[in-house]
Amino acid sequence: MKEREHLIHNYLRSSKGFPHIWCPGCGIGILLGALIRAIDSGGYSKDDIVLISGIGCSGRLPTYVDFNTLHTTHGRALTFATGIKLANPSLKVIAVMGDGDATAIGGNHFIHTARRNVGITSIIINNNTYGMTGGQFSPTTPFGLKTSSSPYGNVESAFDICGLAREAGATFVARSTVYHARLLEQIIRLALDKEGFSVVEVISNCTTYFGREIGLASPVEMMKWQRDNAVLVEKAKDLREEELKQKIVIGVLVDRKAPAYHELYKELIAKCRLENNEI
Amino acid sequence: MTKERRNDRILLQGSEACVRGALMAGCRFYAGYPITPATEIMEHMSRQLPKVGGVFIQMEDEIASLGAVIGASLAGLKSMTATSGPGFSLMQEHISFACMAEVPCVIVNVMRGGPSTGLPTLPAQGDVMQARWGAHGDHPIIVLCPSSTYEFFDLTVKAFNLSERYRIPVILLTDEVVAHMRESVALPPKEKIVIEERRKPSVPPEWYTPYDDKQTDVPPMPAFGEGYRYHVTGLAHDIRGYPTTRSDEVGYLIHRLFSKISRDFHLLQWFDSYQTEDSVVTIIAYGSVARSALYAVKAARENGLKVGLVKLKVLWPFMRQTVMRFLESSAKVLVPEMNMGQLSREVKRVNQGRCEIVTLNKADGTMLSPKEILRSLEDIYP
Repeated sequence: MKEREHLIHNYLRSSKGFPHIWCPGCGIGILLGALIRAIDSGGYSKDDIVLISGIGCSGRLPTYVDFNTLHTTHGRALTFATGIKLANPSLKVIAVMGDGDATAIGGNHFIHTARRNVGITSIIINNNTYGMTGGQFSPTTPFGLKTSSSPYGNVESAFDICGLAREAGATFVARSTVYHARLLEQIIRLALDKEGFSVVEVISNCTTYFGREIGLASPVEMMKWQRDNAVLVEKAKDLREEELKQKIVIGVLVDRKAPAYHELYKELIAKCRLENNEI
Repeated sequence: MTKERRNDRILLQGSEACVRGALMAGCRFYAGYPITPATEIMEHMSRQLPKVGGVFIQMEDEIASLGAVIGASLAGLKSMTATSGPGFSLMQEHISFACMAEVPCVIVNVMRGGPSTGLPTLPAQGDVMQARWGAHGDHPIIVLCPSSTYEFFDLTVKAFNLSERYRIPVILLTDEVVAHMRESVALPPKEKIVIEERRKPSVPPEWYTPYDDKQTDVPPMPAFGEGYRYHVTGLAHDIRGYPTTRSDEVGYLIHRLFSKISRDFHLLQWFDSYQTEDSVVTIIAYGSVARSALYAVKAARENGLKVGLVKLKVLWPFMRQTVMRFLESSAKVLVPEMNMGQLSREVKRVNQGRCEIVTLNKADGTMLSPKEILRSLEDIYP
């Protein structure tokens, strides 16, 4: 345990004053730990990692870590990430977003970055709510739930983020909860190793808002809920469709081969590049 | 003109000249979205950039385009995008980000008639104020305005230079006429062109302070991947780049963002003047209107009227020092614009009773003709 703590501290910014801004019991810290362990086990150099975020609770994550870090605008993390990856394909580009960030305001960018198969690892922390602004319903909030902006019940149905990523063309799609921290670390490691667009959906717990709205008042209760409702993708095959509806399927959902955008563009340049660079 | 000289000249469209200037300045990344009348710039870029090893990408919208441009710039490439009014509106969010995070980038806005979808194929100058104040928050901005094919080339090179020098988004504000017009031009040879590169830190990473520079107010900027692992954010930040709400730190940041430009106002007085030595009425114009104004001045001179023209190449920061000189030497100043009166507000602000300001406005999709400007000159001539 001590060694693992030590590992985390190798990656945290000593120059940045803690404490962090997250609420006690928030799942983002578990994700940050898993992300650091996955990067460390992958043997990536700190100088080669670019960690990008959008806006919201997840937006603050890069601030604390000793990489090239970029805190962008709401929903647009993947656009900046695209520019960085294409400008310097040797960089390992990771974008951390929230559910509202990635699929509401950033939904357009999300599907098109997946379609282009840009070499970015995107991690979407899905806590089913807009936590930073006070618990409004998001594109992943369950139908019917009363929230601070749906006081009479949410009349919208929820996105399946992994399904969206798969259909849009992501070459790697996986899901874990923050309760399954070891699995989370493993699938992030697999996602990092992909050349194309990879998506990791992280089911997290916002105890402060979403927990209160669904009647689970403590982080422990929410984590237990994750434990009891998650089912590994390998076991999910044996369940009937009706049973699956109430479950969170975790594990690697999509893993396919397709050339990444920067690889195709490199070929394109090789075809038309002029010898002397003079037009 | 000798035969050789004529051979140096080529027929270029404004958009093409812009692309040549960008590539000459070292632009190696372009992200954009199709929009009339700026699409030609994107098409030329898609053809030329791969030839020099650069990257072109067509994004899903203009917000994404400028996001990708800023990302590529952070990764070390000189980057640009081009659009027109509706797309320019979408870009405001990221113009604001680039100002706050001090990321060099060049944005071309080929103005068309507005508001809204307006007149996609026709010229206007309705985005003068949007270019200055469209992005949220207090921020300085540099806006250059070409009026010919050659100037489009020249000012594109300079836009990149200023952007790299000051770490600020630079907007090239032009109009449909200048972007689509074809002119015979002689472009200067490469060795005659001054190209500036962004200053990189000279200290080791552990000594690097990403958001402070007492000498110039413009901190040196490493690219991502060069070993300087620093934080970039649109939040108000301290000199290390970390979010802060401390008023002394925020105040210092905002003052530095402004002073890095304001300390060099005197270097940004770019204009051409014609026959202003003895002009009683002086025209202050920019963009394609300045071309009509020149014809009007020539015609008026033939009729014996002492009139002159000042063509502004920098719209923002507004050239107060230059404009004031002409306000003091003229009895009247005429400001013709293809809008309902935008830059004339600035002229009036600087004037403060020095002389009489007359505006000539048109926003119906047609150019201000030499005839219209001449008529106005004759009407107001004392």
